[in-house]
Amino acid sequence: MAADTLDRVKQIIVERLDVEAEEVTLEAGIKEDLGADSLDVVDLIMELEDEFKLTIEEEDAEKINTVGDIVNYISAKVS
Amino acid sequence: MLNRVVVTGLGVVSPIGNDLSTFWDSLLAGKSGVGPVTHFDLDSFPTPFTTRIAAEVKNFDPLPFIDKKEVRKMDIFIQYAIAAAKMAIADAKLDLEKEDLDEVGVYIGSGIGGMNTIESNARLLQERGPKRVSPFFIPMLIANMASGQVSIQTGAKGPNSASVTACSSGTHSIGEAFRILQRGEASVMITGGTEATVTPLSFAGFCSAHAMSTRNDDPQRASRPFDKERDGFVMGEGSGILVLETLEHALARGANIIAEMVGYGMTADAHHLTAPAPEGEGARRSMIRAMKDANLEPTEVDYINAHGTSTDLNDKFETMAIKGAFGNHAYKLAVSSTKSMTGHLLGAAGGVEAIVLAKTIQDQVIPATINYEFPDPECDLDYVPNEARRANVRVALSNSLGFGGHNATIVMKAFEEV
Repeated sequence: MAADTLDRVKQIIVERLDVEAEEVTLEAGIKEDLGADSLDVVDLIMELEDEFKLTIEEEDAEKINTVGDIVNYISAKVS
Repeated sequence: MLNRVVVTGLGVVSPIGNDLSTFWDSLLAGKSGVGPVTHFDLDSFPTPFTTRIAAEVKNFDPLPFIDKKEVRKMDIFIQYAIAAAKMAIADAKLDLEKEDLDEVGVYIGSGIGGMNTIESNARLLQERGPKRVSPFFIPMLIANMASGQVSIQTGAKGPNSASVTACSSGTHSIGEAFRILQRGEASVMITGGTEATVTPLSFAGFCSAHAMSTRNDDPQRASRPFDKERDGFVMGEGSGILVLETLEHALARGANIIAEMVGYGMTADAHHLTAPAPEGEGARRSMIRAMKDANLEPTEVDYINAHGTSTDLNDKFETMAIKGAFGNHAYKLAVSSTKSMTGHLLGAAGGVEAIVLAKTIQDQVIPATINYEFPDPECDLDYVPNEARRANVRVALSNSLGFGGHNATIVMKAFEEV
């Protein structure tokens, strides 16, 4: 489940932020390492909500910093 | 003492070519860019569209000009402007790394802005609620964002603004950029117009206003300015961008000078939302102001690139305006409407047509008004019918007349050292 989630998250980040797949590690900071600005983050969250058919509350979204945070959040919500 | 201003670079994305040489060759060959609408499905609405044709840009690829990640954050009208601006800068052989970027400005107009973006996000709002509206929605749609993004993409940090004056947006922008250079507030201006409104909502609006041609079964002959059988304009899209610079700056860097820009005038009709003032009196005064600004006598003008939209009133009144401004000389100068080939690019029209002025002066050949078949007694000037013409063109004017009663005219002249 988590591996599959990581793959899907990775694919979205690669496409939206135009980065290389190898850069999208669990530790990678979405802003610091992958170059997203605050609008990119909102856009990314919307795309993740669509992909995983869930709602990410604003206060939860604010706590997301790394790719790992996204994967953990989604895994917890979906399971 | 005002600075002299010259044109040193041209870039275009248009329905008849996505680069300068294809565009110019198509114009001289008399090629129409009009065809059935393909950008959206005309038949997916409860009632039919009365107009089913447009002059669309074909096979546009933004990726040679814009990073993939950024393309998604730009409405297509912004993408057209960046592509045309980068081509104009390349044509001018302007190396921005060597320039003082505080002296390089941008002034690009759009009549409407990001119509595609407005429509797609309005649908998302209705169908899925406010949280689905893109965070990029506002910066994609606002009409000033072509100027904003061109500065971001090129690093130009000088004067930066945009005119939003319907179909005169491009001409006003170029005129204002010219003033900025004359006054010495910048050394280089990247300027023109851009538009991309072949969308269901704008099409429906122009259909309801009965402004567009309904010659749906003969698209290539639908845009027929000054012809008696004209029945409305054909919507075009694209962008025309010029590099203007002070003569001093151009000479200092050894730039190739295409033409000199020598005058600008603008007026208002103060008459009606969409209809031109009777006898084109606003357009007449705009041309007179521009000639005065250029210090030229009417008899010195060889060519007018008309607004010439192919609507009944515009072409009739613009003809009267030219007669009012030029007297007997109106019958001696050449007038053509390149909208017969490009369609009407709305806010981009002035940009594209300023390029036509510069190329006409450079190559000494006047593009035709195509589809001219049936003379209209009320339109009795020399419209350069159907065939491009070799001619001595020393001074040329371009008119743009917009909804709201905005009239703008620019003047270019063959460059002479003195």
